[in-house]
Amino acid sequence: MADVTVLSATGNTMVAEAYRQADPDVCVAYPITPQTTIVEGFAKYVANGQVHTRFVTVESEHSSMSACVGAAQAGARTFTATSSQGLCYMWEVLHIASGMRLPIVMANANRAISAPINIHCDHSDIMGARDSGWIIFFAETAQEAYDNTLIAVRVAEDKRVLLPVMPTLDGFITTHAMERCELLDDETVKNFVGERDAVNSLLDFDNPIGAGMFAAQQPYFEIKKAERDAIDASAPVIKEIGDEWASICGRPFDFVDTFECDDADYIIVVLGSCAGNARHVARELRDQGIKVGVARIRVFRPFPQQELVDALKGAKAIGVLDRSDSFGGEYAPVAAEICTCLYRAGVNIPIKDYIYGLGGADVTLDQMRQVYTDLQALADGKIDGDLTYLGVQ
Amino acid sequence: MSELTEIRWHARAGQGAVTAAKLVAETALSQGRYMQAMPEYGPERTGAPLKAFTRVCDTPIEVHNNIVNPKIVVVLDETLLPIVDVTEGILEGGTVILNSRMDPATARDQLNVSSDITVATVDASGIAMDTIKRDIPNTPIVAALSKVTGVIPVDDLKEHVRESFGSKFSQDVIDANLESVDRAYEEVQSA
Repeated sequence: MADVTVLSATGNTMVAEAYRQADPDVCVAYPITPQTTIVEGFAKYVANGQVHTRFVTVESEHSSMSACVGAAQAGARTFTATSSQGLCYMWEVLHIASGMRLPIVMANANRAISAPINIHCDHSDIMGARDSGWIIFFAETAQEAYDNTLIAVRVAEDKRVLLPVMPTLDGFITTHAMERCELLDDETVKNFVGERDAVNSLLDFDNPIGAGMFAAQQPYFEIKKAERDAIDASAPVIKEIGDEWASICGRPFDFVDTFECDDADYIIVVLGSCAGNARHVARELRDQGIKVGVARIRVFRPFPQQELVDALKGAKAIGVLDRSDSFGGEYAPVAAEICTCLYRAGVNIPIKDYIYGLGGADVTLDQMRQVYTDLQALADGKIDGDLTYLGVQ
Repeated sequence: MSELTEIRWHARAGQGAVTAAKLVAETALSQGRYMQAMPEYGPERTGAPLKAFTRVCDTPIEVHNNIVNPKIVVVLDETLLPIVDVTEGILEGGTVILNSRMDPATARDQLNVSSDITVATVDASGIAMDTIKRDIPNTPIVAALSKVTGVIPVDDLKEHVRESFGSKFSQDVIDANLESVDRAYEEVQSA
């Protein structure tokens, strides 16, 4: 039975604790708000000798992901963390990490992208990395940031997966707010994450390999197909490992966390820290007899299409909350994806896409009430499903 | 107190409002309750007006946003009153606690709040100068908060100060903080 310590902690503290307990061989660090306190906290553990980690400081995020690629290919358990402009600057190397099937774990503090310059939460940075071949988790709370990070380590290094994983948490709202959290004892966590058993290690001198090679047209094409197959095939492994962690920590693990969706007429789909705001209003409306629900996507890549179809198919109208825009597109990333999976399942339900909370704009309960009110009008054909900025006139 | 209690803090950067927001939250946690504490993040400049937030509840707290309808408002600097609408959105029957030498009736006039709102004042800066020897009014005003609202019991507050300050500060500093708690608890007045 695991020993549990109850503590007040921020999301970043909880990620740093998860990193300490998973004890990476290499941690690469470059500071950026609001991620910095993750690697700062972890640096303390390195300095105190609490971990067995080579702590590599670099001069940019492009270099930090490059260093991660080298370390992971050498066979090291490899972590880093980033945010916003830092994630953007890593962009080309993100694809190298996934294309080389390297099990790097990188927490991302979800944050807006310049211009204008802004350090606060939205999902523009992470949605830019959506197609990079990384497995992506979204945490709702500081506690879940901890859980997702530990699950990420196991998933990334599992030989059935071997892909990089980004456990993400919302900038400031989750990274810096203090909440009640539970920390499991080191031994339990160490037993759960185990040690990395690397394949194709550059340090395996008996079996020398070349890594990061050129591939001509057809081999390139086939390798990319293998990458697509790998991330699709990761879903049952994520489920298995997530369920194992759930049985240890006592908190559920679902790709899609649903609240009262079974008989709901109106459902909000959301990612990350805003989900509780929607659930809070959903409870209010349920008390008034209005059948509403919330579907929160926790695993975004691979995309849980069947879970979402199951959760949403009985609704009369669906409101999707997007914390980033796809400028010039019909809908932003999450709503576009929801449309795709419902269409393919033959489910035709009115949808409306809401852009909310860009640059950390406060997400009020009134905004959530507004969405549910809209959805009733949408179901009745009184308003259209055009993309709307929630909270901007 | 089973329902959610939301506290909004108004201060100038450097007065320890964020620490106060955390002190209340951590004391609640030490009682086995659920809590959140966070500043409203913005450009940080010493002396600039800021807000911070504390939520306390017996059950897990789901919402993650700023507090716009607080049950309790704490103001650590009375010079904010002409420039910040500190009581904006305050709930009916709410409480305002002000660090000031003013008596509660004068403070009520200045705040211009309805009769259902409790107004309390305490000279937290004066108490801090006497005890801690610095104008950091956060610990004494939390004691006043405890007395007026009961959101956290003062004994638990003192116990938490002893425990959490113990690793960071000398016994003299801890004693001074505990003295500031006792004095503010005695001296706060409400109307």
